Amino acid sequence: MFELRRKLLKGGSVAALLSPLLGSGLLVPTGVLAADWRPAFGARNIGDALKAYGNANAASESPDIVINAPEIAENGAKVEIEITSNIENTRSLAIFADKNPMPLSAVLEFSGPALPYARVQLKLAETTRVRAVVKTLDGKTHVAFREIKVTLGGCGA
Amino acid sequence: MGEQIKIRAQIKGDMADIRILMQHPMETGQRKDDKGQPLAMHFIQTFTVSHNGKTMIEGQLNTSVSKNPLFAFKARGIKVGDKISVSWQDSAGDKRQDEIVVS
Repeated sequence: MFELRRKLLKGGSVAALLSPLLGSGLLVPTGVLAADWRPAFGARNIGDALKAYGNANAASESPDIVINAPEIAENGAKVEIEITSNIENTRSLAIFADKNPMPLSAVLEFSGPALPYARVQLKLAETTRVRAVVKTLDGKTHVAFREIKVTLGGCGA
Repeated sequence: MGEQIKIRAQIKGDMADIRILMQHPMETGQRKDDKGQPLAMHFIQTFTVSHNGKTMIEGQLNTSVSKNPLFAFKARGIKVGDKISVSWQDSAGDKRQDEIVVS
């Protein structure tokens, strides 16, 4: 309980620090979205992308995130990846392809009746490790990995 | 104005499978046209899925999502007659919103 309260307080102070940036136009909110991850989306390598995505490089690996994807994708232009989070209180799901020119592909936030599940179609530039990062309501971050071999890169698609 | 978003919702017991097809070129900015001119980056940046007017999924995307991407989601407690709407906005400021009634 106290743990949670402390996190909430912490969260509040971060928001307070960021709000002047909002006013100055350095950070432009996209309106309805809870958080704007554009710096993470623009990152050009996996290390920077994870860092910009709320220090997700420190996430703990979890067997409760299930990634379903082909082992070998013949065409990198459309690779279907299915992710299910069995972690309680999953709030969001982010999908990274380590070797893509911009590794962060999608961030999905769930609320109300939506279950923490998604099937998405990505472009993969080359054989790469794909990682799914789950954030929970209490601010914890978890990750799962999956290697996908790509025969024909999807960058030119 | 973008092309129509195709939305399908299928109810199985208390679970609903929701499939969303957004028709969009999702141009990465890395491709070139026939004359060797680079094609400008153009992709869906944000989208929202709502259930009876209340947001249930918010997505932010990058250029690495495939062309005309199909998404599938799951939700609990969705009934026949409920409304599901999807809207997106792309990097050029273009928007599209479509709605279905679950049958």
